[in-house]
Amino acid sequence: MARAVTTQRKTINTIAAWAVGLLIFFPILWTILTSFKTEAQAINDPPLFLFFDWTLENYAVVQERSDYMRFLWNSIIIAGGSTLLGIIIAVPAAWSMAFVPSRRTKDILLWMLSTKMLPAVGVLYPIYLLFIQFGLLDTRIGLVIVIMLINLPIIVWMLYTYFREIPGEILEAARMDGASLREEILYVLTPMAVPGIASTLLLNFILAWNEAFWTLNLTAAKAAPLTAFIASYSSPEGLFYAKLSAASTMAIAPILILGWFSQKQLVRGLTFGAVK
Amino acid sequence: MGRIVLEKVKKSFGEVTVIPPLDLEIEDGEFVVFVGPSGCGKSTLLRLIAGLEDVSDGVIRIDGADATQVPPAKRGLAMVFQSYALYPHMSVRKNIAFPLRMAKLDQAEIDKRVNNAASVLNLSDYLDRRPGQLSGGQRQRVAIGRAIVREPAAFLFDEPLSNLDAALRAGMRLDLSELHKRLNTTMIYVTHDQVEAMTMADKIVVLRAGNIEQVGSPLELYRTPRNVFVAGFIGSPKMNMIEGAEAQKHGAHTLGIRPEHIDVVADGGVWQGRVGVAEHLGSDTFFHIHDTGLAEILTVRAPGEVDFRHGDRIGLSPREDQFHRFDAEGLRIG
Repeated sequence: MARAVTTQRKTINTIAAWAVGLLIFFPILWTILTSFKTEAQAINDPPLFLFFDWTLENYAVVQERSDYMRFLWNSIIIAGGSTLLGIIIAVPAAWSMAFVPSRRTKDILLWMLSTKMLPAVGVLYPIYLLFIQFGLLDTRIGLVIVIMLINLPIIVWMLYTYFREIPGEILEAARMDGASLREEILYVLTPMAVPGIASTLLLNFILAWNEAFWTLNLTAAKAAPLTAFIASYSSPEGLFYAKLSAASTMAIAPILILGWFSQKQLVRGLTFGAVK
Repeated sequence: MGRIVLEKVKKSFGEVTVIPPLDLEIEDGEFVVFVGPSGCGKSTLLRLIAGLEDVSDGVIRIDGADATQVPPAKRGLAMVFQSYALYPHMSVRKNIAFPLRMAKLDQAEIDKRVNNAASVLNLSDYLDRRPGQLSGGQRQRVAIGRAIVREPAAFLFDEPLSNLDAALRAGMRLDLSELHKRLNTTMIYVTHDQVEAMTMADKIVVLRAGNIEQVGSPLELYRTPRNVFVAGFIGSPKMNMIEGAEAQKHGAHTLGIRPEHIDVVADGGVWQGRVGVAEHLGSDTFFHIHDTGLAEILTVRAPGEVDFRHGDRIGLSPREDQFHRFDAEGLRIG
């Protein structure tokens, strides 16, 4: 029997969901609001919510002081490059784990995931030394590689779960129908996995976009993405909250818009194929 | 052409041997049914022939050529899967055309063959639909269409009717038999349903635990089962198996008599008993007889108009020329 849901209950649920949603969104909203205040209003006590003199001054200053487009471009290259490279490496890996598993497949998957539990700072030193050795410090290619490696376990896991939903008999049918391995992956597996691949791409692009630890530690000027752009507006003295907020708003705006337009795909991605 | 020969074919998964070395010859144009209980290795055997599993040992020949190491795509066989395994992202037309596209045929030829197959299978009106928009029976026909357009050396069917309801199944059984008569191509069909085996096969291969128990035409298997297992598996309702003194009287360890070979009389007869459950099918009635003095409950098939009720006394006279005698190992005597 279906559980009866009364209108009253629905209303309460809706209100609760909106409350939680707003709570989560509040810091972002506050950042955006602060970016339109003057530095003095930004630290006003009590805090000003909507009734202040709206100004674009901070944006003008940020625009003047640094080259936003360069940071943006670096972010796109690093997030996009690491995601694409990760997918290219992960598709064959996930294919073999999903369709020709060995006795150790489960162990390998768990081991891969366990690397995500390692505190990043624990390997900062060796990676930093490697970067010096290979001349990768402050290069986009270096960051593409590091961030790809960091997200690879998640990419493989996500693709693995999506591939597992595809019945093996359909791939066998393709084999019987005369498809080579390449044709099988190209004409049958990939089209069937498109929703999964798309949400994997999206989620990892966002993760890479927001990655701050490695981008801040391994870049200086040339390869610095938007995370570094934000950080450059924090300073040990003086008033900087409003300008920092303006920089943050500019940095998160592209990803926020991307996320807004791909909500459906993202939800599917985050539920890891648990619901069909 | 589609003559398939298995020579000492063996399959093991790690330590477990699913199919001990086995020999089998399938002639060109034959309708062969592999039948046996779940887990008897019949699907594995089919997958070995298809090339979807590698043999652990032995040789598979297709039309004389050694195909043991040939990948499935190159064996020239078409397969219909239990789940139909249609490509969900393609229209019916593209599904049926897929093997032709893989074979790099030109578009005109592809269209001709697809339209042809669609009209034979009554799918012409559904060519632009996706598999998700079709009923079970229609999906089944698409799967068959995808197999026939290739004009393969042989068709492999892996329990293709088990997802259909009873009425549809009977219809499809007929359609498949007709298809076989028309195409005259080798067909290998796996099922656990002995009715499908009996009605469609030229040759039945009865399997148990990976071993071939008997190979023969449906009537051979029905009339002269080689052992107790085949005797019990072929025929419905199952053959009565009588052990003990009654069997010894006829010089056997186990005495088999089919329900349809026992006549019912009001009194007298060789065995007397009491009617337990009576299953009325209309045309026939199956009586389950208790208290005959034998250890076993006997099943008897009588014409539908024979009227006995639960608890009635009943006399049974088996036709002695229809007795099957088996020795202590379960093998047929004589």
